[in-house]
Amino acid sequence: MGLLNAMPGAIAQGMIWGIMAIGLYISYKILDFADLTVDGSICTGAAVCAMLVTSGMNVWVSMIFSLLAGMAAGFVTGILHTLLGIPPILSGILTQLMLWSVNLKIMGKANQALNARQFDVVVTQLNKGSTILALVFFCIVIIAILYWFFGTELGCAIRATGNNLNMSRAQGINTKFNIVLALTVSNGIVAVSGALLAQYTGAADINMGRGAIVIGLAAIIIGNALLSKISDNFAVKLFSAVFGGIIYYIVYQSVIYMGLDPDLLKMLSAIVVAIFLAVPYWRKQVLKPKKKEEGSDARD
Amino acid sequence: MLEIKHVYKTFNAGTINEKVALDDLSLTLCNGEFVTVIGGNGAGKSTMLNAVSGVWKPDGGTIIIDGKDVTSMPEYKRAKFLGRVFQDPMMGTAAEMSIEENLALAKRRGRSRGLAWGITGKERKEFKELLSQLGLGLENRMTSKVGLLSGGQRQAITLLMAAMNKPKLLLLDEHTAALDPKTAEKVLNISDSIIKENNLTTLMITHNMRDAIKHGNRLIMLHEGRVIIDVSGEEKMNLTVEDLLEMFNKVSGDEFANDRAILS
Repeated sequence: MGLLNAMPGAIAQGMIWGIMAIGLYISYKILDFADLTVDGSICTGAAVCAMLVTSGMNVWVSMIFSLLAGMAAGFVTGILHTLLGIPPILSGILTQLMLWSVNLKIMGKANQALNARQFDVVVTQLNKGSTILALVFFCIVIIAILYWFFGTELGCAIRATGNNLNMSRAQGINTKFNIVLALTVSNGIVAVSGALLAQYTGAADINMGRGAIVIGLAAIIIGNALLSKISDNFAVKLFSAVFGGIIYYIVYQSVIYMGLDPDLLKMLSAIVVAIFLAVPYWRKQVLKPKKKEEGSDARD
Repeated sequence: MLEIKHVYKTFNAGTINEKVALDDLSLTLCNGEFVTVIGGNGAGKSTMLNAVSGVWKPDGGTIIIDGKDVTSMPEYKRAKFLGRVFQDPMMGTAAEMSIEENLALAKRRGRSRGLAWGITGKERKEFKELLSQLGLGLENRMTSKVGLLSGGQRQAITLLMAAMNKPKLLLLDEHTAALDPKTAEKVLNISDSIIKENNLTTLMITHNMRDAIKHGNRLIMLHEGRVIIDVSGEEKMNLTVEDLLEMFNKVSGDEFANDRAILS
């Protein structure tokens, strides 16, 4: 019974992390850029939202500022990579470290409470029903906008950039601009998920983004494993990231319910992600000799 | 159409691996000329194409395309003048995108990309028509991902993309070298007809001397970063592989050092 009671909360939190995973999907899957900025930008979004709402600003307007702050973080990573030539992972780590200081300065301390009883918020664990409805709305709007955007000329150019840099430049695509743009959009969405997370949990915390990229990756991987067979459609792929987030949190709640030490959860997440990332590689390693034979047969 | 004037390029300058790739290279292509390029390993063939397409800036010299000095124009901006097909079939297309999306990307080469749809219904019809001319059955697989196609099919699509909007200059960098002989011939024939149909000024690198003689209306040989043989017209039509090897030995005082070229 206790586990069932925990389900609405798991679904809500899973959807918030699913929105984060949609942001990560843009950098990780579309751009092929493992962007560690997200560990910082999710907290930036949370911190901005918590500070503005507690100072009396409307929660929707505050979330727009969260979005902009996240976009600025992604922009910095993009510039570090494209203009200064720093490798993707390191660019993300550098921005993430900068954001640690930025986030502390935004909040003035390590933790900022955002009490849903005192302030009007969109999502809160005090009312899980309306929270889930609001999150469904957020997911639909974000997926619809991205579905449209990645069908435009600009969106196609970003997809091409992530796919093949040489080809993109040969087709007149400004790859550097597109990398910066994609990272900007990606981190904007991640920051929005941070703003939602702060509202839901009732606080922004300097440590809330630690390992965020792993949770986002887990959501993407789980969703892909479960739904990729259904359809190749881009909207389905984005939805599968949200779905993966929900499954992740249901499993998370379940293992806690079964008595697993919560301290071990991050370890578990990382191991799950490592295994799933290893599967395609090992599949290739095992299949390689067989493939070679096929190749030589064809040539004879 | 294309003027390469006294272009120099040295790789790894000042190190033990220093390599002079282009050494005072000059070459002028007139409108509609189809030039085949041969040369031994390290003669500077690909380096020349990379200089023209702007992969990096040359150490010295000028590159002019269609009367415009493009020497310091970045690669993506220069792309509007150029159609390019690479040696590696994986390099010319976006594997995760569909055939029609790849063609649509090429269609927008040299134009600014905004928030209009990445591909329109009118273009779909146009692409279907183009693809059916290849005779590979690709017109019925327009929404398939390019990554699912064979190397030859990918090169054929890359050729269509390169010829899209009639570029000022078509650059083919050993684009059949990675294909089996039968497919290579097919792709070469497709190249021929596309070039003829659109009257494209073309630079085609090949390691196959016979192909270099058979195709195009002018042939140049590079050696140590400059043009050492340049024949066209009737002289080129009557050329044989033996003639070429002899010319090479005479001009360079060297044995032609490219196993692939001699064996094929």
